[in-house]
Amino acid sequence: MKASSSIAVAAGAERAAPGPAVIEVRDLRKVYGTRHGEVHALEDIDFEVAEGEFISIVGPSGCGKSTLLKILAGLLPASSGQALLRGTPIVGPRRDIGVVFQSPVLFPWRSVIDNVLLPADVQRLGRERLRETALDLLRLVGLQGFERRYPWELSGGMQQRVAIVRALIHDPAMLLMDEPFGALDAMTREQMNLELQRIWLERRKTVVFITHSIPEAVFLADRVLVMTPRPGRIAEVVSVAIPRPRSLDAMASPEFGAYAHRIRAHFSAFGGLDA
Amino acid sequence: MSGYGNASLRILLMLALLGVWEALVRLLEIPIYYVPAPSAIFKALYTGTERLIYVDNAWVTLQETLLGFVAGTSLAFLLGTAIALSRRFEYYIAPYVVMFQALPKVALAPLVLVWFGVGLPSKVVLAALIAFFPLMVNTIVGLRSADEDRINLMRSLDASETQIFWMLRLPSALPFIMAGLEVAMIFALIGAIVAEYVGATAGLGVLINSLNFGGDVAGIFSILLILSVMGLLLNQVIVLIRRRVLFWDASQKSVTENTERGGVL
Repeated sequence: MKASSSIAVAAGAERAAPGPAVIEVRDLRKVYGTRHGEVHALEDIDFEVAEGEFISIVGPSGCGKSTLLKILAGLLPASSGQALLRGTPIVGPRRDIGVVFQSPVLFPWRSVIDNVLLPADVQRLGRERLRETALDLLRLVGLQGFERRYPWELSGGMQQRVAIVRALIHDPAMLLMDEPFGALDAMTREQMNLELQRIWLERRKTVVFITHSIPEAVFLADRVLVMTPRPGRIAEVVSVAIPRPRSLDAMASPEFGAYAHRIRAHFSAFGGLDA
Repeated sequence: MSGYGNASLRILLMLALLGVWEALVRLLEIPIYYVPAPSAIFKALYTGTERLIYVDNAWVTLQETLLGFVAGTSLAFLLGTAIALSRRFEYYIAPYVVMFQALPKVALAPLVLVWFGVGLPSKVVLAALIAFFPLMVNTIVGLRSADEDRINLMRSLDASETQIFWMLRLPSALPFIMAGLEVAMIFALIGAIVAEYVGATAGLGVLINSLNFGGDVAGIFSILLILSVMGLLLNQVIVLIRRRVLFWDASQKSVTENTERGGVL
C-alpha cells in the first residue's frame, strides 16, 4: 500500500473534513426465525457514514447486505441495536431516503417523467414544483427528450438511470443502492459506474452502495465495508484514496489492484465471493 | 393476421361455404323446419327487421344484458377488492363464495323468475349473477399480483396503503380486470337469454321460443345470427376500452383474441 500513501494524503486534502455522521449504525443485529431455528443474518454491525460520503458494502451472496439495506430503508426492523439517520432512529420508511433496487422497478403505465415524479405524488410535494428538477436530473443522466417515453421503450441501462433520478427527485438525505447495476451487461455496467460517479461529484449525496463486484465497490467508494458470509459482520473497512474523477483506466493501475487484492483476500479466506 | 392469410380469399371461402350449404339444402330437399337454406335465413332476417319486431326485441335483450353486466361487475369488483385486501374478510366469506361459484347459475333461473317476476328485473338479476364470478376471481388475482419490488418501493417512499392501492395495486390488476370484463360481457348475454327462455314477455329469447313453437327454423337461425353479432359488438366495446386502458401492457392479449389462436374458451 506504500505506493498509494502519498495520493491518500492528497485526496484527504481535497476532501475537506467530512461532515457530521448522516448514518450511525450501532450494534445492529438481525435474526430471522425459521422452522429450522434461528438464522443470524447480521451481527455486530457498527459503522458511520459521513455527510456526502460514498460507502460501498461488498460481500458474498447471502451475507446479509440486502437485509442491512432494507433495515436502513426502514423496510425491515432490526432485531437489536439501531440505525440512526441524522440522529433519529430509523423505525419505518422515511421520506428523506431514496432507494434504488436491483431491478429498475418502474411502473409501465407511467411515462419516464411520471415515474420520476412518483415520490412527488406519494409525498404530495407538488408535481409542478419538482417538474423542473426532474427535467434537470434527466438531463444530468443523458435522458433529455425521453420524458414522454414509456419504460418498455428504454434499454436496461436507461431504465436504471430513470430509477436513479426517481430516487434523487425529492432531494433525500441519503441514497441507498442495492446492486443497482447487477442485472446489466459488463459494458453498460462500466458506463453506469462512470455515470454514477459523475452524478455523485455533482450532487455530493450520501450514498450507501451494495454490490458483490469488488472493482465496482473500489471504483465508486470513499470507503469499502467488507462483509463476511452469514452471519454478516464487517470484516474490514478499506478507505479508497484514489483521487476523483476516477477513469475506467484507473482500474488497471497498481494501486487499484492493491485495493482489490486486499478486499479479495478476505473472500479467499471464506472460500470465494459466491460461496 | 395478414401474415399468413389473404382477406379476399377468406371472404370468398365464406361465400363458397354458403353456396354449398344452399345447394345441398335444395338438392337434397331438406325440409325447411329441419335445416333452412341461407337464402331463407336472410329472408327471415329481412322481414323480421323490416317489421321492427327484431329491433324491438333485440333492444330489450341488449338492455337486460348491459344492466346485468354493470350490476354484476360492479358488485364483483367491490367484493373482489374487499377479499383481496382483507385476509380476515376472505376467511369468513370464502365458504359462501366457493359454494356459490360451483353452482351452475343458470339453474337459478326459475327461482329468480319467482322472486323477481317476468319483467326486466329477473333478466338483469340472472345476467348479473352469471357475469359476477369471472370478474370477481380476476379482480382478486389481479390485485394480489402486484410486484413485491414495486410494493417495497412504495413502502420505502412512505406511501399509505390507500396510495399503494390506487397507484400500484389497481393498475397492476387492470390486465386481469379487463380480461374478466370481456368474459363477463358474454356471460351477461347468456344470462339474459336463459332468463328469457324461462319466462318473459319480450326479448330475443322469447322470440326464439315462439318461432320454435311455430316451426320457423329459418327465423330461429336469423335470430342466432343477430345474437352472435350482438355478442361480437359487445365484446368489441370491451376490447376497444382495453386497448385504451392497457396501452402499456404490450404482451397482453384479450381472452377472445386468444380463442382465435386456439384458446380455451
